[in-house]
Amino acid sequence: MKDSLIALSKDAIFSVRDLAPIVLVIAVFQAFVIRQPVDGLLSLIFGGVLVVAGLTCFIFGLRIALFPIGEGLAHALAKKGSAFWLFTFSFVLGFGTTIAEPSLLAVANEAASVAVDAGVIENTDDAIAGYALGLRLIVALSVGVALLLGVLRIITNWSLPLMIIAGYILVIIVTTMAPPEIVGVAYDSGGVTTSTVTVPLVTALGVGLASSLKGRNPMTDGFGLIAFASLTPILFVLLYGIVTQWR
Amino acid sequence: MEMIVEAFMFIFDSATDVAPIVIFLFAFQVFVIRERIPNLRQILVGFVFVVVGLGLFLVGLEESLFPLGRLMAQQLTDPEFIAQVSGHIDRALVWQDFYWVYLFAAALGFSTTLAEPALMAVAIKANAVSGGAIGVWGLRVAVAIGAGTGVALGCFRIITGLPLQYFIAAGYLVVIVQTALAPKMIVPLAYDSGGVTTSTVTVPLIAALGLGLAEAVPGRSPLLDGFGLVAFAALFPIISVLAYGQLAALRQRSAESSTELAEETDHAL
Repeated sequence: MKDSLIALSKDAIFSVRDLAPIVLVIAVFQAFVIRQPVDGLLSLIFGGVLVVAGLTCFIFGLRIALFPIGEGLAHALAKKGSAFWLFTFSFVLGFGTTIAEPSLLAVANEAASVAVDAGVIENTDDAIAGYALGLRLIVALSVGVALLLGVLRIITNWSLPLMIIAGYILVIIVTTMAPPEIVGVAYDSGGVTTSTVTVPLVTALGVGLASSLKGRNPMTDGFGLIAFASLTPILFVLLYGIVTQWR
Repeated sequence: MEMIVEAFMFIFDSATDVAPIVIFLFAFQVFVIRERIPNLRQILVGFVFVVVGLGLFLVGLEESLFPLGRLMAQQLTDPEFIAQVSGHIDRALVWQDFYWVYLFAAALGFSTTLAEPALMAVAIKANAVSGGAIGVWGLRVAVAIGAGTGVALGCFRIITGLPLQYFIAAGYLVVIVQTALAPKMIVPLAYDSGGVTTSTVTVPLIAALGLGLAEAVPGRSPLLDGFGLVAFAALFPIISVLAYGQLAALRQRSAESSTELAEETDHAL
């Protein structure tokens, strides 16, 4: 009990440290540059407290629940050596963690409300929720595929830079064909997928796999899964934009 | 009161968001690995924390980071504010007039990245693997400069309304050329550091900043111009870390050649 309280307060310090530079920069700009009273300061502060409290509980929960099972499974499956289950697990892991990713939730909702204002979708709760969920499912699917590709690369020892460069070239080509409204959202979803939930589990999978294969260096071969996870969402969301355009 | 009801709704929603990964993990544990889950009670408590935490975090975002990002965008682009800081101007605003926006964006990108705990861990690892060639502080500053430049340039793009894909395509080209030239060991690290900068707290704030700018600057549409800041914040650290690796390699090479020279002169003597 005492140990978990200490762990919880450590996570609280990390959340505060995450938010501190933002508060500092904004406070300096408000005090010295803008010099105007801020409306609704109280609700902003209360919201900030909720962000810190929420992030603290979230990270603490991840650390005592999701990470131990996820890492244990990643190591066990990598050792087991069954390619089928390894691929299934990588895909499911990418998909499941991305659906629960807080920053993707936030950005998908923003994207939906912007789409309403621009008249791309109807202004009904169903249409908004549907658009946001559709976006999240596409991004989750793409992260699942990214992990599949990344694990395949670690097993086959294909060159990471070559695959990444090929991916970037593909993104540039597909961009020229995609409707302009989707381009910004697509590029942003690449940066959104790689935060709190996905990174630790994915790194555990990569490093676990690289250390259980002969002749692989966990330091250099284990990484790079994240790089795939930030590339494929761009591609998939662009393709999604192209496909829905034809309907 | 309203906020409390909202919080409960968000917590309910977040339970459905977390459910898939929980079900998948349990199913794998039971049906594929066929082992009992160790510390089942601790894990169940942990998932309750995850769900409640996610719910509170999302309510907090709606109440603080989103409005704050929009507010900063509005205040810094307000024509009255710009007239005040740059003396009275009676002409249409051009992109140079928004210099406080760029400064704000750069400060935000730089400071949030420098303080990012995940980046510290990566930097310490990188220092160990490279045998000291990559400095801990050097790498952190490199990534932070990349993120600051990225967000500032992203704001410039929103204000001018230039097409996002030109910038991204140019950025990728630079990355491709650098990848071919940079030392091999820095490459995976550089790619991963792009993901590190975009933390859970930073993403919503800069997303709101971008949308706020697109709403506030005349002639811009949030749908076409408002997105892309996160992409810039993720792309530029890759460039700056690759550049840092190239610099470190250059320094090492020149240091080696000067010690060789010293040894040769030793032999000669």
